[in-house]
Amino acid sequence: MRVAFKRPDALVDMPTHYCPGCTHGIAHRLVAEVIEELGVFDRAVGVAPVGCAVLAYDYFACDMVQAAHGRAPAVATGIKRARPDAVVFTYQGDGDLASIGMAEVVHAAARGELVTVIFINNAIYGMTGGQMAPTTLLGQQTTTSPFGREPAREGYPIRVCELLERVRGVAYLARVPLTGPAQVARARTAVKRAFQAQLDGKGFGLVELLSTCPTGWGMSPREALKWVEEVMVPYYPPGEFRTDAADPGGGPLLARVGSEVSGKHGEQA
Amino acid sequence: MEDVVLMKGNEAVGEAAIRAGCRFFFGYPITPQNEIPEYMSRRLPEVGGVYIQAESEVAAINMVYGAAAAGALAMTSSSSPGISLKQEGISYLVGSELPAFIVNMIRGGPGLGTIQPAQSDYFQAVKGGGHGDYRLLVYGPASIQELVDLTVLALDRANHYRNPALVLGDGILGQMMEPVRFPPMRDLGTLPEKPWATTGRRGGPKRLINSLYLQAEKCEEHNRRLQAKYREMQRTEKRWDCLWVENAELVVVAYGTTARICRTALEPLRAEGEAVGLFRPITLWPFPDDPLADLLKTGRVRAVLVVEMSAGQMVEDVRLVAGDRVPIRFYGRTGGAVPSPEEIREQVRELVRELR
Repeated sequence: MRVAFKRPDALVDMPTHYCPGCTHGIAHRLVAEVIEELGVFDRAVGVAPVGCAVLAYDYFACDMVQAAHGRAPAVATGIKRARPDAVVFTYQGDGDLASIGMAEVVHAAARGELVTVIFINNAIYGMTGGQMAPTTLLGQQTTTSPFGREPAREGYPIRVCELLERVRGVAYLARVPLTGPAQVARARTAVKRAFQAQLDGKGFGLVELLSTCPTGWGMSPREALKWVEEVMVPYYPPGEFRTDAADPGGGPLLARVGSEVSGKHGEQA
Repeated sequence: MEDVVLMKGNEAVGEAAIRAGCRFFFGYPITPQNEIPEYMSRRLPEVGGVYIQAESEVAAINMVYGAAAAGALAMTSSSSPGISLKQEGISYLVGSELPAFIVNMIRGGPGLGTIQPAQSDYFQAVKGGGHGDYRLLVYGPASIQELVDLTVLALDRANHYRNPALVLGDGILGQMMEPVRFPPMRDLGTLPEKPWATTGRRGGPKRLINSLYLQAEKCEEHNRRLQAKYREMQRTEKRWDCLWVENAELVVVAYGTTARICRTALEPLRAEGEAVGLFRPITLWPFPDDPLADLLKTGRVRAVLVVEMSAGQMVEDVRLVAGDRVPIRFYGRTGGAVPSPEEIREQVRELVRELR
């Protein structure tokens, strides 16, 4: 009988610690599928962050390195420079990447490091108990913004793709919500393109995946997906921000006008 | 053996690291060690190595972490405020059992302090610095030749123990020039194999570089393994130097640049027939406690003078060794001030007068 669907070999066969309705599992699977599809499993090295996804080092079956909070892009830089034939990716949450690790990700991008960053934006610190993240939305209540995020008090949520869009050295940059089959298929395309930019030696790639945290948000999994669609997506518009390594210059970029990853649904093998 | 060359300490440490097999340098500018990244940025490409000026000391030490995880012999260098920033990464290197070579050309602190030389990072280097129970191999060279020799040794020992090693110099050691001989370039093929390195599986089993052990029992087991390494280092890695101690009634204890100044201070006193000697720790961790204890146990030594460019840091380790066996006196200069041979000599003379 033909096998139509199976667990990717790049994922270890074990239960994860992720909460019901959390999209980390989907994101892990997409990365694993792409690593296999590109035939780079045997030379892949992943860098796990600090946060819920720290245990990604157990779930991915490729070589893994655990990094200090926010430092994954610097660690990935060291790995890639020491072993240029390795295919290196980081998997980071929003606190890790956009708060404590902002310098590391911006400079890895500006150096055009040949690494791929998977950025999970769920607008909250999940692991530590639902505290405010740099991406927490205005009005959003967390355990450290109990009255709702207020610009005068807590400032504004950071749009990472829009920030990196101007950085020369970036070869691929996209944001996709993990809210339904069509979006997940687009996310897969985006992850693949980011890895391809690394394999082609074009530059730094990052895919921001708008993700759920039902536990941290105090929602059911279904409500959480709806919240991503209705609250996160308007503030964090999906799309491909960069598709090549050309100098973004100073003028407006047009790539995201289409507002969706341009790969056609179903194009994935 | 190659000819003798005249070289600045900061450049010599870089060349020595390359000779020992280091091909990866990640740094960030800070005075008084800027010649190290400058030298490495032009020298490493000549030998097929990689130099990166990182966005911060924090990033630099984490690049070292990544390169070391992938099996490379990597280094970084900085001076005091920058070394403070590296402490997190150093703790992770230890926790993940990765080799690394780190240079601290100390400047006076605290805070931004001064760019003048000091020895006020001794505590940070030998008693932790970062979080957790750990030790670094810490070397305190007193000449450019010793800086070269200890750099080669430090890289080798770091690789052997899978633990970071640190050379603790100061602004003087980094800036001064002396004639020096380098060992021949090490054939990289002779470096130890690293089957644990995360290079991609390449047909082998999955490797993991990690310092997280969520279960207390597992984390304690990990700590026991680390402590076993430190006991082994204490058994085999202590280094020290003695001068004129055979008949000394007063022993000066000093390391690095200060030990050289002390030697100059003591020379005329020896010529005058004073029974003064010098004990110089070369490894600051593990501290050469047994040899110092042996010296003090003879009963001949009646007083010890510890001299440092700090408010008194190594003196605590000397006190631990001496107990109440002999009186310990301390003389220190701080904030980048360097003691002159004359002022040290005066301290010694005063102590000699008191002993009479």
